[in-house]
Amino acid sequence: MSPRQWFLFPARLWMALFFAAPLAIVCGYSFLTRGDYGGVERPWTLESFTRFADPLYLAIVWRSVWIAALATLLCAVLGFPLALFISRAGRHRNLYLQLVLLPFWTSFLIRTYAWIFILRDTGLINTALLRLHVIASPMQLLYNDGAVLLGLVYNFLPFFVLPMYATLERLDPALLEAAADLGARPFTTLWRVIIPVAAPGLVAGSVLVFIPCLGAYLTPDLLGGGKTVMLGNLVQNQFTTARDWPFGSAASLVLMASSALLLALLMRSRMAKELM
Amino acid sequence: MGVVLELRNVVKEFPGHRAVDDISLALERGGFYSLLGPSGCGKTTTLRMIGGFEQPSHGDVLLDGKVVNGLKPFERDVSTVFQNYALFPHLTARGNVEFGLRERKLADRQARAERALELVQMGGKQDRTPAQLSGGEKQRVALARSLVLEPQLLLLDEPLAALDPKLRKEMRSELKAMQRKTGVTFLFVTHDQEEALSMSDKVAVMNNGRIEQFGTPEDVYLRPATRFVAGFLGAINWFGAAGVRPESTRISRAKPEGVPCRRGSVESSLFFGNCVHLNSLLEDGSRAISELPREENHFTEGEPVWVHWAAADELHFE
Repeated sequence: MSPRQWFLFPARLWMALFFAAPLAIVCGYSFLTRGDYGGVERPWTLESFTRFADPLYLAIVWRSVWIAALATLLCAVLGFPLALFISRAGRHRNLYLQLVLLPFWTSFLIRTYAWIFILRDTGLINTALLRLHVIASPMQLLYNDGAVLLGLVYNFLPFFVLPMYATLERLDPALLEAAADLGARPFTTLWRVIIPVAAPGLVAGSVLVFIPCLGAYLTPDLLGGGKTVMLGNLVQNQFTTARDWPFGSAASLVLMASSALLLALLMRSRMAKELM
Repeated sequence: MGVVLELRNVVKEFPGHRAVDDISLALERGGFYSLLGPSGCGKTTTLRMIGGFEQPSHGDVLLDGKVVNGLKPFERDVSTVFQNYALFPHLTARGNVEFGLRERKLADRQARAERALELVQMGGKQDRTPAQLSGGEKQRVALARSLVLEPQLLLLDEPLAALDPKLRKEMRSELKAMQRKTGVTFLFVTHDQEEALSMSDKVAVMNNGRIEQFGTPEDVYLRPATRFVAGFLGAINWFGAAGVRPESTRISRAKPEGVPCRRGSVESSLFFGNCVHLNSLLEDGSRAISELPREENHFTEGEPVWVHWAAADELHFE
């Protein structure tokens, strides 16, 4: 190894011990048979993968993709105007960026629990609406898909806003003037200039939201009340209550493969080339 | 022909300073005009008020006889070629040219775009994106993008500033030829007096937010209205209150007869290829530049000389 290579040694060691080795173990486990009290036994088998053909599990994969996609779309719809606003906010930009990052000062878990206090039957929203006599009995705001979606969008919005902001901030204001000069009204300028030029940021933000949403397990667990099962919950259940480590490993690999496939598709697209 | 643009007592105030200070100007249709001045003189602000990107604090902007104050850029029949071209990076050259045609709902978009790109000699590179074009080519596409709309008035904001010097000189004659061919009125903003003088039918010289003089290139160069105009449009030697251009300032060993003159000595000479500039230090401590044809330079540094000029070449100001 050349002296320069030695600088990479700590990172390499770390990745080998805590990424490559566990991944190899998960891979190995996924082809073994489940032990009676957890753990794995021989013989080698493909059964954990073939079980995914079961409509029950296909539904979970589909549901995860669907919820993650919807959360990404909502983040884009909420985050794009926000990022555009901040990028045009002049000297107040940094203040707004700090505000976007403010939630990170508290742990992810505590913030998700906070939503339970807001959404539950005796929570902030229901209490307020009951007191104001808008509703007669509490609405079911918690433990459904809507609550999960809300939690995901809330938690991952900053991951969309930051790359989007970085792209919009570099957008040459002269392009907007040129569009107006050529006869485009503000809304047309948005569609025909700002969005296409800022597409790399849109893609980067979407990837940063979609992939963690696809594997989310804490948010669906806490806000979905166990009913809204996503891939992440499936993995968790197999390793804990169901004691089916091979199937849990297979589910993790399916999750990883879906994310990797999506990224590979994006890398091949033209937009990603511009992003790199 | 008629007046295409008129500015009436236009003032633009920004917090803390007055960028444009009461200017009035009328441009005849079909000419090539320049706004010339040093940076910060208000020429770009003036152009932006005509384009609709800024609104005047006082006064009126009239296009084709109608007051257009308050109209947005997309509501005005003028087009701007921006300093750094501002081409849309996600569109090809043709896509850029078609952008305005689509917005203005004009027919035969494709044919018009092709004609415009032919006009600027970019016919063969229609499908390239701005990233694949050189500075000069981007410049041409930006011109085509504006000219294709056949605007009443084309505004050019230092469009040659980003080009290398050789290309910049070539583009001068091309721009002028394009203006003559299309008949569109051009208003060209520059801080380069050579550019303004060589291309324009009329030049407005600006300083400190005001127009100091508006006239033909010959007027502003040979008959400058103010000391500022005289000094900005080329070098000038000051002999007391009289200003004399270096090309009218002669130099000799013998004392000349019957013309104003000063005693001095040659301090240095600068070779420009086609001519030579001799710098003389005069007895009163001031300096004078004489521009001589190369073959007439038989002076050596330190040599005592007489600097003289014809009284008819003197420029006088209040």
